[in-house]
Amino acid sequence: MMDLLLFGIFPYVAVSLAVGVGIYRYFIDRYSWSSQSSQFLESRALFWGSVPWHYPILIILLAHFLAFLFPTGWGELLGRPLRLYLLEVTGLALAVWAFIGLVILMARRVGSRRVSAVTTVIDWLVLLILLLQVATGIYIAFTLRWGSLWYLHTATPWLWSLLTFNPQVQTMAVLPLFVKLHAVNAFLLVALFPFSRLVHVVSIPVTYLGRPLQVVIWNRQRDGR
Amino acid sequence: MNVRSQISSVFHLDKCIGCHTCSIACKNLWTDRRGAEYMWWNNVETKPGTGYPTLWEDQEKYKGGWEVTGHDLHLKMGGRGSLLGKIFHNPHLPTVDDYYEPYTYRYGDLFNAPKGDDQPTARPVSMISGEPMKIEAGPNWDDDLGGSPIYAANDPSMKKLSEQEQAQLFALERMVFFYVPRICNHCVNAGCVAACPSGAIYKRGEDGIVLVSQEKCRGWRMCVAGCPYKKTYYTWSTGKSEKCILCYPRQESGQAPACFHSCVGRIRYLGVLLYDADRIEETAKRTDPELVAAQREMILDPHDPEVIAAARKNGVHEQIIKAAQKSPVYRFVKEWELALPLHPEFRTLPMLFYVPPLLPVIATVEEGRTKLGDDFFSSLEQARLPLRYLASLFAGGNEEEVAKAYRKQMAVRLLRRSETVEGISREVAEKACAAAGIGTDEADSIYRLTSLAGLKERVVIPSMLREQALESIEDPHEHRREAGFGTRRKAKRRW
Repeated sequence: MMDLLLFGIFPYVAVSLAVGVGIYRYFIDRYSWSSQSSQFLESRALFWGSVPWHYPILIILLAHFLAFLFPTGWGELLGRPLRLYLLEVTGLALAVWAFIGLVILMARRVGSRRVSAVTTVIDWLVLLILLLQVATGIYIAFTLRWGSLWYLHTATPWLWSLLTFNPQVQTMAVLPLFVKLHAVNAFLLVALFPFSRLVHVVSIPVTYLGRPLQVVIWNRQRDGR
Repeated sequence: MNVRSQISSVFHLDKCIGCHTCSIACKNLWTDRRGAEYMWWNNVETKPGTGYPTLWEDQEKYKGGWEVTGHDLHLKMGGRGSLLGKIFHNPHLPTVDDYYEPYTYRYGDLFNAPKGDDQPTARPVSMISGEPMKIEAGPNWDDDLGGSPIYAANDPSMKKLSEQEQAQLFALERMVFFYVPRICNHCVNAGCVAACPSGAIYKRGEDGIVLVSQEKCRGWRMCVAGCPYKKTYYTWSTGKSEKCILCYPRQESGQAPACFHSCVGRIRYLGVLLYDADRIEETAKRTDPELVAAQREMILDPHDPEVIAAARKNGVHEQIIKAAQKSPVYRFVKEWELALPLHPEFRTLPMLFYVPPLLPVIATVEEGRTKLGDDFFSSLEQARLPLRYLASLFAGGNEEEVAKAYRKQMAVRLLRRSETVEGISREVAEKACAAAGIGTDEADSIYRLTSLAGLKERVVIPSMLREQALESIEDPHEHRREAGFGTRRKAKRRW
């Protein structure tokens, strides 16, 4: 019953919140949509926290998505032990980097009086949940080898079953506690996304690469144009 | 020809008395709130000096503005890809310490302190954290410190002078300074616009005012580093960038911007310029000494029938064309070539121009007494403030551009002196005009617009264009029962 609640129902609640509240916030209170950068108040520690956090976590997240979207290709890629070891070691190293970055970011929020002045409760909640997520991830990578392979037979089918509105929780139900925690915590982050500064993850400014550098906007479109 | 109109300005530095009334008018209207305390959309700085934020002119430090490598014009901060690579941490972003940490005093302590042996004091507290702090900088911290070895000596433009010249400047009797009031230049090739990853910053087509869409801004803060003049500011409390809006709500109702309206020295002129938008890139790519002239070429003659026809074809309103023909800015910048852009070598094509100050240049010291140089034209080289300094400020190092402007200013002065006081003959004055390349009637017009012009002549805003004003797009009833200006939404973090 608990498994159904956590792996069959909670993901839908989380995604619904993310989409529903996200859309509400985007259209009703777009002014609040910001990365809430605090580099202006403190720059040095941010460098050692933000850079090691963002780049590794993006790559790790990408790996999770790839294994979910292209399980066959992923399986073939990791079919040779050498490639598997290489990926696992790289993943682990990146995760440790991200963990260190996160710890620095948290220390900065405590240590700098300016930054702590602009820190809200939800900022702390996001940081703690992220820290738990990375910590469980590292623990799993260390103890339950090889995650990048058994993910294909556990998480991938589960996520696909969620996507096709036919939730199959049995593959997740048999997994150890830490894996369950990692999965539920992930959806907790999804649920938290629209209520926090996490909204900036969907504002990746890729359009910048293609737009003209100078932007000119007329209040009213000119006649004949 | 792609004609666009631009509201642009001229600041006449010879008339600036450094009273900061402009800064206060702006502050009261726009930035008197949490998160914006440190911002001065309008500030007045002492030159030579390091300015606000400290050393803003040093682009090796802040990487603002543009750079030409070969035939390629790109932001000094880097191309698009490398700019996005700095999104998680931008090494060129100034921090609050480069401006100053805003502070107030615990005035309550003066009243509530328990009885004791000492007088109670109001301790300074940070307006960011609320905790007691040591004040190390503040607004106009280096005000009037023109000869100071801390501030003036570190002015980036001073590095262009020889050691001997620098030593001379710091000799007590030769000490010299002048004021440079600065607002957003509303550049044609704006660095902030080009640097914004979200595309939130834009130039208004109707009047060229550069604005930050508060809804589109995501707080990537690239604009702050991208603007070489450091005139976009990051609101630390809300995670949005803000900048001078040239009081467009005032302009749309026919009023001068607050800093213009309140200017005590009447140094500020506002008017429309028509320019050719097809020539932006080629103009910005010219070499440093050519930039002033190139920008002048980009600005079009509003009386030229061809220009008028092209402007009409481009949808420039009749009223705007009419205003352009009466523009005092056009006269100062293009007709008389008196007003020069600030640091044109940043290549943003700023649309705020400065008439360089004459007084710090011509005064010389002899036997401990200051006197105005009689033989001005031969003494420009020995000017109290070296021309090279002014050229590095206003002409991309082109001393001739500055000298030309000075010759005209001096000719106008001599002409007026010949008419109002004794000592200078009409003949000498006319000779000076001829040497400066202006007729006496032109000198007279310069004098009139400089000294006598009323508000309506100094600030020529196109007649109200209701159909183009932003005001007509927003709901006018939204602000009912509100007093004065306010933000539509409280600038406060809510999520």
